[in-house]
Amino acid sequence: MSAAAETAPGSPVPGSPVPGSPVPGSPVPGALEAHLRARRAAGAKLLVPYVTGGLGDDWVEVVQAVAAAGADAIEVGIPFSDPVMDGPVIQEASVRALRARTTPRRVLQGIAAAEIGIPVAVMTYYNLVARAGDRRMAAELHAAGVAAAILPDLPLEEAGPWCAEADAAGVETVLLAAPTTDGPRLARIVARSRGFLYAVGLLGVTGEREHVARSALEIARRAKAATDLPVLVGVGVSTPAQAEEICRVADGVVVGSALVRRLLAGEGPEGAGRFVAEMRRALDA
Amino acid sequence: MVVTGQPMGAPDPGGRFGGFGGRFVPESLVPACLELETAFAAAWADRSFRDRLDGLLADYAGRPTPLTACTRLSAQLGVNVVLKREDLTHTGSHKINNVLGQALLAERMGKHRVIAETGAGQHGVATATAAALLGLECVVYMGEVDVERQALNVFRMQLLGAQVRPVTSGSRTLKDAVNEALREWVGSVETTHYCIGSVMGPHPYPYLVRELQRVVGEEAREQYRGLSGGEDPDVVVACVGGGSNAAGTFAGFVATRAELVGVEAAGGAAVGRGVPGVVHGMRSLFLQDEVGQVLEAESISAGLDYPGIGPEHAHLAEIGRARYESVGDDEVLGAFRLLAETEGILPALEPAHALAWVVRAAGNGTLRPGANVLVTLSGRGDKDVQQVREMLS
Ligand SMILES: Cc1ncc(COP(=O)(O)O)c(C=O)c1O
Repeated sequence: MSAAAETAPGSPVPGSPVPGSPVPGSPVPGALEAHLRARRAAGAKLLVPYVTGGLGDDWVEVVQAVAAAGADAIEVGIPFSDPVMDGPVIQEASVRALRARTTPRRVLQGIAAAEIGIPVAVMTYYNLVARAGDRRMAAELHAAGVAAAILPDLPLEEAGPWCAEADAAGVETVLLAAPTTDGPRLARIVARSRGFLYAVGLLGVTGEREHVARSALEIARRAKAATDLPVLVGVGVSTPAQAEEICRVADGVVVGSALVRRLLAGEGPEGAGRFVAEMRRALDA
Repeated sequence: MVVTGQPMGAPDPGGRFGGFGGRFVPESLVPACLELETAFAAAWADRSFRDRLDGLLADYAGRPTPLTACTRLSAQLGVNVVLKREDLTHTGSHKINNVLGQALLAERMGKHRVIAETGAGQHGVATATAAALLGLECVVYMGEVDVERQALNVFRMQLLGAQVRPVTSGSRTLKDAVNEALREWVGSVETTHYCIGSVMGPHPYPYLVRELQRVVGEEAREQYRGLSGGEDPDVVVACVGGGSNAAGTFAGFVATRAELVGVEAAGGAAVGRGVPGVVHGMRSLFLQDEVGQVLEAESISAGLDYPGIGPEHAHLAEIGRARYESVGDDEVLGAFRLLAETEGILPALEPAHALAWVVRAAGNGTLRPGANVLVTLSGRGDKDVQQVREMLS
């Protein structure tokens, strides 16, 4: 199978240069993308839960429980002091983790030391990367066995230098598309995204919502038409029923606040595993 | 417009001043920043927009503001101090220059709602004022700590029809108010303009706000030349929180031989103690720990309680065109009282920082005797009287 042929729909639009993309055409998929593509090819809807690294002494066990309960990959947050894309639940998780003296290094050590069994993507804010330096952070992620990075405050135009270092280190950079992203911009974003495309389901920060936003289905539909990359909808995905509804259009979902709220309430690895298993059943039904 | 490459010209197309600036925001906000960039470029080149803004600045805000030569203060310090009186504008600070421009831009973009962050409350009051004037809905985010220490300004904003939302996250000051305004904007961007209060945030804000504050420096230079028979001052001094009154002031003097000095609060000295980072949409200098967690600034002045600095100031510091100093709370209180007693002017605590540096520099010889010093008095002290009273008792 030719990687170039497989990802052709996501190739750069003629005439629109892609910052940070050194090679024309598409690269061989990394570990995260290969895994998600294989799962999708096998007929699965993709489930990627988010857990804040350093939230509670047992956060690594939470990650393992989430993996064992049927997640396809996991997003581990490195807490930052000023998380502008996050609503109250993940803000609170970040505050608690930081109070417990969580550092990027400790989160990466936790990931490196654990048997997790599915690809790990790190989610954090760009200042923590900039402070370490793009090259050093990319190398540290790779050394910890992290497959991918999600940096919500690093949009396409600013992502070039980081992406170059991440590519070189073998770390996939997942880019985000939003309901406000127009067609030409979406084409450039999917061309530069690796691992999957993170389709932000609504205009707003992370947090649970009562209903699936119409924008979630809309952005999923547009993204699916623009790329062959797995398209996962995140932000606002709160219940198994909502996940199932979104996955009629999208390839999968990222579930953050709904899981983290349970962790803040002290449900621990067991509760996290139960919730993820419930999500899994809804997507497999 | 000024040619790119000269100090205080336009930034590069990516919004960079040297290595600082840029646009580090969630994807949801990128289209709005692009829209604002385009709208500002068109408006700034549009005579009718400029005329309307100039009309409001003159007839509503009270521009031009005067220069005041401080006779008794100068005699006491041994240097010649002249003040640019932004305290005499409507609402009492330079913030009005920026918000009138941004409110007109919001209207031009068809956005009928504005949000703002505020520290001391001056920018919040100014935004509420401009919103009332143009019939826009207004929501102001303000850290809970600042809501307490600037209670009078909270009430002023409410009287002007704005909703004030106290921010309870983090240090509950200006930094967190910016976070919360950004979070709201991620959700409301299609209908709402974020009226940023200083030369900070993602491109085009640092540039846009500096251009809107340029009037301070351009007026001051003209007026100073009139006063001195065509001379420029030796030293130009302004306080720096995010750096908007300083940027506007410096823009008028950057092409002269005047030395430019920005004065930060010792507890928020981003140039002195900050390191490069990416926060609030911009690459600049920030107080942060060794892994990149942003530290909390600490100052008696709510308006300077910010752990970063606008990217253009980081650039001016790097190329050596401006220099940045910091002063402590005690020096600031001393300068506050000195100006009150020698000139009959109660300054806001923020520009009292600029004065405090002048007092120190005149005392230790950093300023030579007889030096001609222009200080931007960015705001009046009414809002701080209660706080100063408590500190002195
Ligand atoms: C009177 C006054 N001066 C200065 C500042 C600091 O802002 P900037 O550094 O943008 O001028 C404030 C902020 O609240 C202020 O109220």
